[in-house]
Amino acid sequence: MWISNALIAVLRLLIGVTARWEGPPDLTRQRIYFANHSSHMDTLAIMAALPPEARVNVKPVAAADYWGKNRFLSYISQQGLNAVLIERNPAPGTNVLEPIFDVVRAGHSIIIFPEGTRSSQALPGPFKSGIYRLSETFPDVDLVPIYLENLHRSMPKGKHVPLPIICTIRIGNPLPRIAGEDKQLFLERARDAIVRLSK
Amino acid sequence: MSLEQKFLWFFFAIACLLALASVIGRVLARRATSEGAISTIENLNQRVNAWWGMVIIFFVSWLLGPNATVVLFGFISLFALREFITLTPTTLGDHNALFSAFFILIPLQYLLIGSHWYSMFTLLIPVYAFLLLPAIAVLSQDTEAFLERTAKIQWGVMICVYCISHAPALLLLDLQGFTGQNALLLFYLVFVVQLSDVLQYVFGKLLGKHKVAPLVSPSKTVEGLVGGGLSATLIGGCMFWMTPFNFWQSLLMSLVIVVMGFLGGLVMSAIKRSLSAKDWGTMIKGHGGMLDRMDSICFAAPIFFHLTRYFFSVL
Repeated sequence: MWISNALIAVLRLLIGVTARWEGPPDLTRQRIYFANHSSHMDTLAIMAALPPEARVNVKPVAAADYWGKNRFLSYISQQGLNAVLIERNPAPGTNVLEPIFDVVRAGHSIIIFPEGTRSSQALPGPFKSGIYRLSETFPDVDLVPIYLENLHRSMPKGKHVPLPIICTIRIGNPLPRIAGEDKQLFLERARDAIVRLSK
Repeated sequence: MSLEQKFLWFFFAIACLLALASVIGRVLARRATSEGAISTIENLNQRVNAWWGMVIIFFVSWLLGPNATVVLFGFISLFALREFITLTPTTLGDHNALFSAFFILIPLQYLLIGSHWYSMFTLLIPVYAFLLLPAIAVLSQDTEAFLERTAKIQWGVMICVYCISHAPALLLLDLQGFTGQNALLLFYLVFVVQLSDVLQYVFGKLLGKHKVAPLVSPSKTVEGLVGGGLSATLIGGCMFWMTPFNFWQSLLMSLVIVVMGFLGGLVMSAIKRSLSAKDWGTMIKGHGGMLDRMDSICFAAPIFFHLTRYFFSVL
């Protein structure tokens, strides 16, 4: 716990990370937070924006090829941030999302970045299908869009030191459910929810 | 009166003023009925509370000594520049230049003040940073709007670091018959600037009818400017016991501070508008951002510093 608290304190001093909620959140419900991805600080920024009591039960999803790269990053991500690591390029026949399904089944809320990689733009690129499969498998879990503002300016892809630029975490209301929705339409609707928050 | 006594009287007087403001705020809050009045009073009380916080921070920095005051202003510059750059559209190509501005230039500028290296303190940003920041940016080979980007960063650094740093730089002046008391002068500057802002706000709210520059800053009125400005000048004049000035000199200095502060507020407001924002940030509840509170200091500090140095330093 102290690791994430220390990291969050540094982040606050540096980039502010103020949370803006579209509506008062129901934190008693299990939630899948999904956000645009532009820097290595994104996960931590979302953690910092959540109220402390909501933070405890949240597990961010992180790529094993980066956050498991060495013992330091692996310690920070797993002990400090409570992350679930997934293989972005899995062996054939294995399900990439299986570790995520396990933690959602166990009742945790999660943070995912549906683009699957960092973008250098203010707005997210096209979403991969993972979030659709999660939404189909767990229809009772709230899907909550998050727009991360300015993080692509603070620490863009390829830069290793964050600039002190004020970043705002805009957290939307849960995405309404549409029964039997087509995959592509769902992915676009989910992406639009984030784009809408950016305005 | 000894130095410590002067400080304690000064802070005691401010605490009394704030206590009075808090009481008035409570009373007004109970009497407010219309929606507009309630929100105005709520904002007023937030402002007063923030003032308590700011005064306590300054008081503690005085207790900790001059180095703490220099560090405090270093952080003020950092937060001010952070707000400026946040609203300014910079690109990936500016990353390294901005990194240097935030993490090298700010510490260096305040280190120069702490180590009393006057000439380098005045040259670092107008000469070295002026040339080296665009030199760093050009290495990224992004020529899109290069002049605009460079100019904006340059302006941010000048205002948020160079200009603000002139307030704590008062500590390095060697003034006639005023040795070891420079911190008083710094508080004098901050007090007159902020008092002028507060009184302009109060006079504006009570009597304000004619706007000074409605397109730039809708809240500034002629009545506020004249009433608040003149009373702040007069009170500043009466604070001469904190300074190396006599009453008349102090009155003139206060007038300069008030006028520069007003112009600073106006210019910074225009910049804010050209970046299509209403406030610089949200750091200080009720006031907006750090730059919303520091805009007058940005303009008043350098001029006050140079006038004081020119007319009152030991030859």
